[in-house]
This record gives sequence, C-alpha cells and structure tokens, in this order.
Amino acid sequence: MAGELTRMSAAGLAAAMAAGEVSALEVTDAHLARIGEVDDAVHAFLHVAADGARQAARAVDERRAAGEVLGPLAGVPLALKDVFTTTDMPTTCGSAILNGWRPPYDATVTRRLRQTGVVILGKTNMDEFAMGSSTENSAFGPSHNPWDLSRVPGGSSGGSAAAVAGFEAPLGIGTDTGGSIRQPAAVCGVVGVKPTYGGPSRYGVVAFASSLDTPGPLARTVLDAALLHETMAGHDPCDSTSVNAPVPPVVAAARQADVSGLTIGVVPELGGEGYQPGVLARFGEAVDLLESLGAKVVEVSCPHFSYALPAYYLIAPSECSSNLARFDAMRYGLRVGDDGTRSADEVMSLTRAQGFGAEVKRRIMLGTYALSSGYYDAYYGKAQQVRTLIIRDFQAAFEQVDVLVSPSTPTTAFPLGERVDDPLAMYVADLCTIPSDLAGNAALSVPCGLAAEDGLPVGLQIMAPVLADDRLYRVGAAVEAALDSRRGHPLLDEANGLT
Amino acid sequence: MAGQAGGTDRAGAALVPLDEALTRYEPVIGLETHVELGTMTKMFCGCPARFGGEPNTLVCPVCLGLPGSLPVANRAAIEYTIRIGLALNCTIADWCRFARKNYFYPDMPKNFQISQYDEPLCTDGWLDISVNDPDTDGARQVRVGIERVHLEEDTGKSLHIGGATGRIHGADYSLVDYNRAGIPLVEIVTKPVEGTGALAPTAARTYVTELRDLMRALDVSDVRMEEGSLRCDVNTSLSPTGSGRWGTRTETKNVNSLRSVERAVRFEIERQAALLDAGTPVALETRHFHEDTGVTTAGRSKEEAQDYRYFPEPDLAPIAPSRNWVEEIRAALPELPSARRARLKAEWGLSDLDFAALQHAGAVDLVARTVEAGATPADARKWWLNELVRRANESGTDLADLPITPADVARVAALVASGELNDKLARQVIEGVLAGEGTPDEVVAARGLAVVSDEGALLAAVDEAIAANPEVAQKVRDGKVAAAGALVGAVMKATRGQADAARARELILQRLGQG
Amino acid sequence: MPIARDDVAHLARLSRMDLAEAELDHLAAQLDVIISAVARVQEVAVEGVPPTSHAVPLVNVFRDDVEWPCLSAEEALDQAPAVEQQRFRVPRILAED
Repeated sequence: MAGELTRMSAAGLAAAMAAGEVSALEVTDAHLARIGEVDDAVHAFLHVAADGARQAARAVDERRAAGEVLGPLAGVPLALKDVFTTTDMPTTCGSAILNGWRPPYDATVTRRLRQTGVVILGKTNMDEFAMGSSTENSAFGPSHNPWDLSRVPGGSSGGSAAAVAGFEAPLGIGTDTGGSIRQPAAVCGVVGVKPTYGGPSRYGVVAFASSLDTPGPLARTVLDAALLHETMAGHDPCDSTSVNAPVPPVVAAARQADVSGLTIGVVPELGGEGYQPGVLARFGEAVDLLESLGAKVVEVSCPHFSYALPAYYLIAPSECSSNLARFDAMRYGLRVGDDGTRSADEVMSLTRAQGFGAEVKRRIMLGTYALSSGYYDAYYGKAQQVRTLIIRDFQAAFEQVDVLVSPSTPTTAFPLGERVDDPLAMYVADLCTIPSDLAGNAALSVPCGLAAEDGLPVGLQIMAPVLADDRLYRVGAAVEAALDSRRGHPLLDEANGLT
Repeated sequence: MAGQAGGTDRAGAALVPLDEALTRYEPVIGLETHVELGTMTKMFCGCPARFGGEPNTLVCPVCLGLPGSLPVANRAAIEYTIRIGLALNCTIADWCRFARKNYFYPDMPKNFQISQYDEPLCTDGWLDISVNDPDTDGARQVRVGIERVHLEEDTGKSLHIGGATGRIHGADYSLVDYNRAGIPLVEIVTKPVEGTGALAPTAARTYVTELRDLMRALDVSDVRMEEGSLRCDVNTSLSPTGSGRWGTRTETKNVNSLRSVERAVRFEIERQAALLDAGTPVALETRHFHEDTGVTTAGRSKEEAQDYRYFPEPDLAPIAPSRNWVEEIRAALPELPSARRARLKAEWGLSDLDFAALQHAGAVDLVARTVEAGATPADARKWWLNELVRRANESGTDLADLPITPADVARVAALVASGELNDKLARQVIEGVLAGEGTPDEVVAARGLAVVSDEGALLAAVDEAIAANPEVAQKVRDGKVAAAGALVGAVMKATRGQADAARARELILQRLGQG
Repeated sequence: MPIARDDVAHLARLSRMDLAEAELDHLAAQLDVIISAVARVQEVAVEGVPPTSHAVPLVNVFRDDVEWPCLSAEEALDQAPAVEQQRFRVPRILAED
C-alpha cells in the first residue's frame, strides 16, 4: 500500500483521503518510509521533519473527522526548498553561512501551506543561495538525479525536483530566478512552473535576485502543479512586488487541456547549435504533436533573446551582491575569527570567505563590479536596457501568438562534476529559461520524452504573457495527456536510477 | 607660516578672525538636515516608532533585515515628505524610486540603506529666511535654495564599550540596538548659499531654526536637536573675493544645537582662511565639531569617499504621487511660519524693524499667545520685550524657558489695564511668578500687592504727605503744578508703591486748589 | 583583458571577503572570462531605450501607518552569535564618521 501511495498524484491522494480510503498520517508515513529508502542515495533532503510532518498529518485527519471542509491539497506531502523560512525547521539556503539557522518567522508560502493542510516533509537541497544549475554548489553535497544517480538533478531547485521524481513527495516547491525550477524539472522528468513574477509571495524567500526570484510548484502532473500553484499564489501585503490581481484560473485550464484554436510560436533563437540533438528531436516532435492537436504553429523571432544570458549574469549578480551583504556575522549565522582583538570588518571578511562557496563569491564580486561607479552604465545599466528590449520582444511576439515554446534546457542531465570548473558552461543550462525571468512572464516545463542518446528526460518549455499563467497549464496538460496516452504509462515509470 | 592641512587643530591652530577673513574671502555654506518623521510606525514595517522601549523589542524581521524579509513603504511618511516639499516650494516628482545605498556597518542590518539617489521625491525649492544683522540693527532677507528633499530609513544605535569616553575610538566592542532601525528620515539638502558674507554663521543658524519651526508647523516631527530628531551637517567653503572660483568645501558633522551650527561655520571660516592665507589648500574632508571647545577636527578624507553602488530598489514599487493627491496635501497645509509672521506683523501694525526685534528675541510666538489670552499686542510686546527679556538675560535662559506663561502675562496686563496694578507693582508680580510663588492673582494676594483703591486711605496718605512737605505744598498752591510730583512720590513711598499714582496726583492737586 | 587581479582583490575587499592568494588567483581568472562574456550586452543598440528595474509594472504600493506585532527580544536575539545587555554584541567597529 505504501508503495502505491508514493506513486499516486497529489490529486489522487487528496481524493483518496477525502473519500476516507486512506488517512493523511498513512500517506505521510508512506512518504517518510520512501525517503528512508532512497534519500541516502538521492540526497534530495537537507532536513526531514518527520515528527512535524506526522503531527501536521494527524491534525488534518482530526479536522476532517470533525467535519471541516478542507482545501484541495489537505494532507498531501510536500518537499520545500530550503530557501523558504520555516520556524520549526532550519533554513540554510544550502550555505555554510546559515548552517543551523532557525528563522523566527514563516514565509508567506510556508504559512499558506500550513493553513491549507499541506504536510511539509522537510527542506530540500539547493545550490547555495539559489545560484547554480546542478545543486553542486550546495555546501552540504549535491543531490542526485533519480534517473541516473551519477548525474545532476539540475538546479538550483534540484533537491525538490529529485524528491518529486524519486517519489519521495508528490509535490515540491522551488524558486526560479534564471530557470531554477524549469531546468531541474526538465532534467528530472517532472513538471515545473515559474508563475508570473509577483504571483506567489517572496516574503520569507531568502533573496538571491529580488527582481527575478519567483517561487513556484513542481509535480509529476500538470494538474498537480496547477493545484499547488493556486494554493501558493495570491496577493501578499508583506511583499511590495506582489501582484494585486486574482490568481489566473490555472486549475480549470489544466483540466481543459485543449489547444485547438491556439497559435503557438517557436523561437528560433532558442535552438540550433549547442543544443543536444536528442533534445531538439523530442522538442520538434512536441511541436508537431501540438499541431496535430489543433494548434497553429508559427515561427516568431525574438532577436534580443541572444543577449538574455549576459544581461541576466549582470543583473542577478548585482542584486545578489547587495542582498547577500547582510550575512556579516553580526546578528545570525556563522561567525569566524572573533578572538576579541579583531575588528568587525575583519570578522565579517573572515566569516564570508569561509561561509560562502565559490559560485556565490564569483557572483558577489561580479555584481559589485557591475554596480561600481564608472562601470554602472556599461554593465548594469546596459543590462537593464537589454532587459527592456527582451520585454518588448515578448510583447511583440504575444501579439502574434498565444504561447511561445522552446526546449527547457539545451541538454539532458549532465554528469556530476562535468561543469563545476567551468562557470560559463554551467550558465549555458539557463539559455532558454532566462528570457522569462527577465521579462517576468509565466513559463512552464513539461516532460516531452527521453533523448535517444542517453534515455534521459527532455522538457518542453511553454511561455505565456504576464498574468496569463493559465495558458501554460492548458497547453501543458494537452501535451501531457497526448504523450501519456501514446506511451501508455507515466514517463517516470521508466526512471530506473533507483532500482 | 605653514598651516596644518588635514591635521588636528586642537592645539592652537591658526585662525583668522572672522571679520578679517571676510575682507579676503567670501563664504559659501550649505546644509544637509535630517528630520525624523513623527509617524506611528517605521518607514518599511509596522514596528512602533516610539522611544523608550527596552533594547531590541521594537523590531521585526523587516527592520532587522532578516533573510527573506521585505520592505513595504509607509504611506504617511510619503505624505509627510510631500508636505515638507510643498512647504519648501519644491517640485514634487511625478514618478520616482527608492534606491539602495550599499555599505557595511553593523548598525545597518541589511548593510544597505534604502534611500533615494538620483530620483528624490521633491526638488528645486527654497526657504526665505530673515537673518539678523547687528550692524544695521535690521534683518537681511536671504533665499536659501533647496536642492532636494528625499526619504530614507534610519539606522540602529550602538553603545561602544571599553574606550575612554564611550565613543567609538578606542572601544573594545559594541552593543547594537535596532529599535530605531527603520525610522523614517527625511533628508533636506540646500543649494550652496552664497553672498551672506559676515552673516554666514548667523544665516546658517537661522536657516536651521526656520526649518525646525516649519517642521513643527507642519506637524511632521518634533524636531528636537538634543534628541536627534533634527540632525544637521554643515558645509563650508571659502572663495577668494572676486575670484569667481569656488573653494573646496568641508563637511562638519556632530553639530547638535543651533548654537553649534553658528559656531561651526564661524570656526571653519576662520580655520580655512588661515590655511588659504598661508597658501595651503583646504582638504576635501569630513570634520567633527566639538561642543566643548568649539573647534572642528579632521575625520574621514572625502577623497576616499565611498562608492555606494546605488541602484534602484527592486523590492519597492516606484512612487508616482497623483497630482490630485499632491493638491489635497497642499490644500491641507497649515499656515506656514512665514505667512503667519506676515499676518501677525500686519495685525499688530508693526514695522519690519519692530517685528524683527521680536523675532530676534524669540518672542513672536509668546506675544501671539499672550494676545490670544486677551492682551493687546502693544501690552504683550511691552512686557515680553522689556521686563521679561531683562529677566531672561539675568538668569541666562531663553525667553521661552522662563517659568511664566503667556496666559500669566496677559493676566498681569489685564490687572494693570483695570487699575488694580500699576507698572511697578506689576513688575513685582512678575518677579513673584518667576520665583514660583504661583499665578499672578496668587502672588498679588500673598504679597498684598494690589493698588490701594480705598479712597479714604489714599486721602489720608495725601494729607500726610502735604503736612510733611509744607514748602512743596506751598509751591503747588502758588501754581507750580509740576512740584506735585514730589508729593506723589511721597504718597507712593508711604503706600509702598501701592497707590494709584494718577489718582494720588488728582487728589493732591484738588487739596491744594489746583484740580 | 577587462579585469586585473588587483581589481579583483579590491572587489573582494569591497565585499568584505578575505580571500586567500591562491583563491584570488583562481577567481580572478574565472571572473576575467565571465566579464568578457557578459560584456556582450554592450553590442546591443540601446539608444533611447529606458532601463527596466521592475519587469511587472506596479506603482504606489503602500501600507497604512498602523502597528503590527513585533518580535520579542528573545526571538530577535535567539540566533545572535553574541549577546550582552539585551543587545547584539559585535567586534570593535572602526571609526566611520
């Protein structure tokens, strides 16, 4: 029974619990058992909150027994990226500088999950402060891809993606700044969504790049992702960048799953040289599939997308150099070298040198450089202007099409260690995802098959205009249904890394 | 003689006396003032903005800058800032943003300050001030240009432990309290103020005084320099007369009172003149003012000025005050001090000179409140400017700090007007009130100071005086009416000043056949 | 070469990170490559194009001047490396003025 429970979707589990077929506690126990079985190998979790989870599950069962009407995900277990503050669990952001930090407040997303009865199983591994595409930048060791444990699960939300792909939880939450939900989702063969910027609240999300960070859902089905999206998103007065509009009707759209009458744009700048042939092949087939399902497909050039990567690697480090300045050993976190003789500056500098990993150091210095007097105009200033041009590219494109599509990332999961010494090679993983982060619009990755070369998952990226998140789910669900039906079984049934 | 460029000026630094310095140099001054706004809560969070809490009890994740926290702007603080900008005749921005000012300092929890950089909320205004000129015994009107008014957040407060004086130099470690971190601060920066010459120190002081009064009138801050809710940095430079060249300016901090503003400017002019006379360039630097000695000493050199790497604050939405909102705020502005002064001057029918005298004495408000309490403007002026200024000077206090209220003064004036007191008695009553003996009526009763109104007693005193001074009395009978003055004096003496002098005179003249 | 090793050492000081010499060498080489790559933004024609600081345009997001609950001093100080007199104890601060 436990094995079956961990194979079920969130929607399925919720229905089973609502129907009294299984208790929330049984569901949580089944997943805790699964974690016990596989997480030594996968290392998706930094902290498993077994007692807290079981307590939360029991509370759901009690509320249901008392006749309360519960939310659509009550009792469903979830893996939460360790970048969200939680009062009853440590929050490390994958960094030695916050090892063991216990925040005195919950993130808004955390609070909403608890309120609706979602059971947080624990905090998942991530690239340090969300900077990376493989979780190899975690101070606590990388996570491993359930498809092939010698490969990366992507990043920075690699832990959450691996947990979901490894059946340790039906739901995961990550953050997407340059692609950190969609890229791990793609290489792990699960669904990952970056909502419109400002959709879900950033209050309690330790900031990497403030104008780009977007919390979002990961799941094994498009409908599950939609259910979680609806739970997570919504206006928050504690976040000044929070969108003050109703959450788009994502669940209804996921159920609609129909692309007839829609116009779909293929972006030529997001393809071609540097993309793995198997990825391009599966992508091409997905586009053909959409056409066969009734969509019209056209090509839409977005010329400035070629500059999205350099613009991003100026804007994000600039914001992060400022956001990470607060880690100075004075109020919380690691303190090194305070022997009573050193100055505050010296203690700060020793602490930060020891507490931050290499990628974080690189980005802090890059950002400091880009914002420096004399360099601001040529670097940060220019990047913000390129950002405007990318936004205009999207606006022009969306006048012609309803959604844009591309591969989610140029390659399948690469081997652990392959790119750690080559930052630029690592950055290239974000080529397709970055434009939507810069423009703030919504984007989703849905599995569209396995690459022929290596049998590893390929993701189809769908991009929609700002606040039109529902279109993602409509198209994503249609692709998913058609492919599942063609295949005859869920894609993840083929993941044999954990057998 | 070589000057001491950038070195300490404590021990006998060369100074050129102000008057002499001004024969060769023209001072240019500028002021940067920070005002703590009197909102209920902090700038970016809902922690109370009140004083007096136990350390680190008026804090939350936002003002502690905890990872994951986000700022949300206080609408009242924006409104107060617009109010200040309008009162200073500024243009209010259509659209502007907050910016991050990045530097590391333990009293700043995020190691950046949310402020405004190249997009301040208010720009390009002015404040007209009236600077007392002792030479002409009048006042010079000076228009102080306002460069910008912007909003930012304040830092926490540190105690420095282990050093000799509790100051940062020589301390072993520090203890930080974040209760005040995040309090809304408005920064008001003037344009350079030229052409004040010898009046530069006074002009600087007057500007800060006027600004303070304006903030009070606008009800946006309690602006107490002693408590730090009004802070001032003064910039001073000297330009060789007629050269048309601007001098290098110094920024003087730790100027904690109105008097210090004046003294700091004066000292800097004298110090810089000595340097320039000796051919030594003035160093571009920050200086620290010392209250006890009245000197400034060198601090951080501005040449190594920090690069704050300003960029627009991504966590806050831009501010775009609608023109409607701005006009609502403008319509709700109270009568500004300058308009009030003009109105009072007209109501009281005073010349510029006379009104300036009131301002110089710090008596305008006091006179106004005395008039409100029922006195005539003339009476109110008379008592405040004469007797009370004298008393204030004697005790070395400000007029406003004397332990007598405008209501008290109005009561005394009323008692004189009704004849119950004469001027001499009134002065004794005032003395009694200042000594803490009670209200005017209480003092009158306790000391028995009422003018004698019993005609019989007065007549008796008159007859006694006539009897005691037969030669004088005869002179009056003979027609020398003026001689009656001596007899009035005798009556006053006999009645310990409590006679109605005018009535006594009438009775004397009647008795002696002249009335 | 867009960035010299001394510049990188300066950046490390500015951002309060006391890096060892070998680490500085390594990072300097990497930063040099990265900066060359991101400098590509300078190829784009941006005459008259305004910079975007906020991708999803919002203005005038305010809160009312009303109190909300504070943390207790215990909660605020709980994770502090050093506490004295209910304050955060920090090493000696060099004078800033």
